[in-house]
Amino acid sequence: MTYAAKNLTTGGRELIAFRVGDQEFCVNIMAVREIRGWTPATPMPHAPSYVLGVINLRGAVLPIVDLSARLGMKPAEPTVRHVIIVAQVRNQVVGLLVDAVSDILTVRDEDVQPTPDISSEFEKTFARGVLAIEGRMICLVELEAVFPHEEREAA
Amino acid sequence: MDMNEIKEIFFQECEEQLAELESGLLKLNDGDRDPETVNAVFRAVHSIKGGAGAFGLDDLVSFAHVFETTLDCVRSNRLEPNQDVLKVMLKSADVLADLTNAARDGGSVDQARSRQLIKELEALASGELPQATAAEPTFKAAPTPVAAPPVNEEGFQPVAFSFEDFEADEPAVIEAPCYEIVFRPKSELYAKGNDATLLLRDLSRLGEMSIHCDMDGMPPLDRMNPEAAYFSWKISLKTDKGEEAIRSVFEFAEWDCDLDIALAGGCAVDASEELPMQPVPFDLSMLDEAPAGSAEEEEQFASRDRDAAVSAAGTASNVLQMAQSSTRAPAEAQRNTTAAASAAAQQAASAATPTIRVDLDRVDRLINLVGELVINQAMLSQSVIENDTNGTSSINMGLEELQQLTREIQDSVMAIRAQPVKPVFQRMSRIVREIADMTGKSVRLVTEGENTEVDKTVIDKLAEPLTHMIRNAVDHGLETPEKRLAAGKNAEGTVRLTAKHRSGRIVIELADDGAGINREKVRQKAIDNDLIAADANLSDEEVDNLIFHAGFSTADKISDISGRGVGMDVVKRSIQALGGRINISSKPGQGSIFTMSLPLTLAVLDGMVVTVANQTLVVPLTAIVETLQPEAAAIHSFGASQRLISIRNSFCPLVDVGRILNFRATQANPVEGVALLVESEGGGQRALMVDAIQGQRQVVIKSLEANYTHVPGIAAATILGDGRVALILDVDAIVAASRGQTLKPEMSLAAAG
Repeated sequence: MTYAAKNLTTGGRELIAFRVGDQEFCVNIMAVREIRGWTPATPMPHAPSYVLGVINLRGAVLPIVDLSARLGMKPAEPTVRHVIIVAQVRNQVVGLLVDAVSDILTVRDEDVQPTPDISSEFEKTFARGVLAIEGRMICLVELEAVFPHEEREAA
Repeated sequence: MDMNEIKEIFFQECEEQLAELESGLLKLNDGDRDPETVNAVFRAVHSIKGGAGAFGLDDLVSFAHVFETTLDCVRSNRLEPNQDVLKVMLKSADVLADLTNAARDGGSVDQARSRQLIKELEALASGELPQATAAEPTFKAAPTPVAAPPVNEEGFQPVAFSFEDFEADEPAVIEAPCYEIVFRPKSELYAKGNDATLLLRDLSRLGEMSIHCDMDGMPPLDRMNPEAAYFSWKISLKTDKGEEAIRSVFEFAEWDCDLDIALAGGCAVDASEELPMQPVPFDLSMLDEAPAGSAEEEEQFASRDRDAAVSAAGTASNVLQMAQSSTRAPAEAQRNTTAAASAAAQQAASAATPTIRVDLDRVDRLINLVGELVINQAMLSQSVIENDTNGTSSINMGLEELQQLTREIQDSVMAIRAQPVKPVFQRMSRIVREIADMTGKSVRLVTEGENTEVDKTVIDKLAEPLTHMIRNAVDHGLETPEKRLAAGKNAEGTVRLTAKHRSGRIVIELADDGAGINREKVRQKAIDNDLIAADANLSDEEVDNLIFHAGFSTADKISDISGRGVGMDVVKRSIQALGGRINISSKPGQGSIFTMSLPLTLAVLDGMVVTVANQTLVVPLTAIVETLQPEAAAIHSFGASQRLISIRNSFCPLVDVGRILNFRATQANPVEGVALLVESEGGGQRALMVDAIQGQRQVVIKSLEANYTHVPGIAAATILGDGRVALILDVDAIVAASRGQTLKPEMSLAAAG
C-alpha cells in the first residue's frame, strides 16, 4: 500500500522531523515552505535572544529563530551544517534554525501520544504530543504556540 | 468576459469621464469658452449615461439625462455658462460621482440633494427653453449647426436618441432615408444573454420600421438544436438618424451576428414591404462574409453615401436623391467630409498617447523583480571584482554596461508607477466647494503643476492629509466675505495648491490668502492645554508649529468640518509616515503657506552605507546634513555620560548609534569614528556616531514588518550587493531616543525618505 493510499484510508498526516541538540522534534509538513542551508544573519537591535537576525530569502526579509534557544535549551552556535526550515506561521514566514532534518514521517492521529504530565508549563505549551518511532521519541511541536501572536508583537 | 468584468470596466471609464467632466467644468469656470471644452463635458456626461443605461442603472441614467439636457443648452449657446450656472453644474458633477460610486459599491446617496439639483438643472434648461424640459426632455430642441460635428463624434455612443438633433433644424421636407438591415444573429448572441427582440425594439425607436423574419434556415423539428440560431430578420427602417445610430443599436451584439446595413435607394412606405426581397447584390455577398469586414463595409457605404449625395444624377429609384435639392447636396457632402475630418483629427489626438490598463499587482511584481535584478547585478560585480586580479578585463566592461542597463530598467519601471497628482488635486476642488458651501465662504481653488508625477502609493496616501489641510485652510484660514471686504481683500478667498519637483522630491504647497495664524490665540491655547509653560519664550515659527501638536484646535466653536483637535497632528504624522516633512509659514493678514516635501517613491531611497559595531547600516541621505571626522579637541564631556561635539562654535549632542541600538555595551571612542550631522523633525541637529562610511548608494526598501515586527530605531531593511540584509536607520527615532525617550515600537517610515 502506498503512502498516499494509506493516508486516505487512515486519515494519517505527514510530519517533518528534525534534530535540535540531542532531541528530536517534528512539525506538520504543510507548514514547511522549504529547507535551506545556513547563511549568516544580520542581527536586529533590541531583538529577543532567540532571534538571530534576518536573512535575504530571494528578496524577502526573513527572520531567523534559534529553535534551540526558543525552546529553552542552550543557544545554538550556527555552522554551515545547520539548516534553516522556512515555515509559515499564520501569515508570516519565519526561518527555524535546527541542527538537521532527519525524517519525513507519516503517522496516524492515534500514534500521537499525549504530552507526559511534566512540571514545566513551558514545554507543555508548545508540545502537542509525542511519537514513538523505531525506539526514538519525537516531540510534535505546534509552531503557532512557539510564536504566539502577542509575543511577536512585543518582540 | 462576464457582465461583472464589463461593469468594472464601465466604472473605471466612469472615473475617467468624471475627471474629464470636472476639469472641463473648471475650465469653463475660468472663462474658457472653447466649444471643444463644452463638447468634452457633454461627451463625458453622455458616455456615463450611455453606459449606465446599458447596465440598467436607472438613478444614474435619469440624473445624467437631466444634466445632459442642461449641458446641451450650453452647447447650443442657449444658456450662458456663467458662474451661477457652473456652480450648479459642478455640484451636479459631484452628485453624478456620488451616484456612480453608489452604483458600484452599493450604499445610498443624498436623495434630497440630487432632487434639488435636478430641479435646478431643469430650471436652468427651461429658463431659456421651456419645451426642453417637457415630460419627455429629449434633444429635439432646435440645435444650431455648431452642434453638428459633435454628433458624428458621438456616433459610437450606445444610446441612440441623442442623434435626434441631427439635422432636426432643417425643414423636414425631405423624406427620411431608408435603410435596409439584414440582421442574422449567431447562436453566440443568445449565449451571451442578448435578446434579438430587445435589439429590434430599440431599432424600432429610431423610426418607421418594417420587419420580415426569415425562417428559411429552420430545420425540421427532429433535427433542431434548441440552442442554435435559425432566424434572421430583414428590416427596412425609415430614419433620419443615419447609419451610425443603427449600428449603435447593435453595438454590443455586432460580433455575434451578421449585420448588413445598406442605404436603400429610398423606400416609399409601400415599397418597403418588397424591398427586403430584392436586396442589392452587394448585401447578399456580405451575408457570407466574416463580421470582421464590417468596418470596411461601413467605409464603403459611407463613401457610397457621399458619392450619391454629390452626384445628384442618381437612379430614378433613389428617393433620397430626389428629395435633396441639388443645391443642398454639396453642402451636405461638405459637412459630411468636415465632420469626418474632425472625427479623424479627434482620433489622431487620442491616439497620440495610447495607454493600457494594467493590474497594479503585475507592475509591483515587475518592480520587485527588477529590484532583485539590481541586487543580483551588484552581487555579481562584487564577486567579479574580488576574483579579478588583472584589472580591466572584458568582463568588467560588460558588467559596467550591465550596471547601466539595470539602472535604466529600474528607472523606467519606477516610472510606470509614477502618476500625475492631478486626480488628488481634482478631488480637492470638490472638497473646497463643499466646505465653502457649509461655511458660507466664497472660495476659489487654484491648482498648479497637477501633472507633476509621483509614485502611486504616495498619491494614494496624500489624499487624506491634503483633505484635512484644505478643510483647515477654508474653515480656519479664510475669513468670512464680510471680514475680507473689511480688510480690503477680495470677498472671494483663494486657496492655491501647487506641486513641483525639487531635488528628487515632490514639494506640495498649500497657500491661502486668509488671516494667517493668530499667534496670540495659538499661544494662549497651548498654555491652556499645558502644551507649553505660561512664560515660555517661543519664536514665531515655534508658535506656528504648535498647531501640529496632538489635541490642539483654535476654532472657538467645534464645527462639523474641523475643530475637533484631530487635524494637524494627524496630518503631520501621515506626512511623516510617507517619509516627508511639513512646514508652515504664516503672515498675519496675508495668509498661511503649508509646504510638504515628500519622496518621489517609497520603493527606493538614496542612502549612506555605514558600519556600526561590525554591522552594516543604511542612513537615509536626505536626513544627513554633513559628515565630519571628529577631533579629540572638539569632543566635550557633558554630565555623566553625555558628550557634545563642537562644530563651528556650536555644540551638538553626540549620539552613539551602536549604543542606542544595543549593538555594543560601551560607548565607542568618537575620535575613531565618523560623525554624521543629521537634522530631525523638530529636534534640531544631532551628530550620529558611526564607525566608518562605506559609501553611498541607492537601495531597494524591503519591509521588515511583513515577516517580523516593527523594530524600534529601524525604518526598514534592504539587501546589499553581497546578498545580505542591511537595516535602514530610522533617524528620527534614534534622535528621539537620544533625548531620553525610549525606543518604543511605533510604525514609522519617517526616516526612509
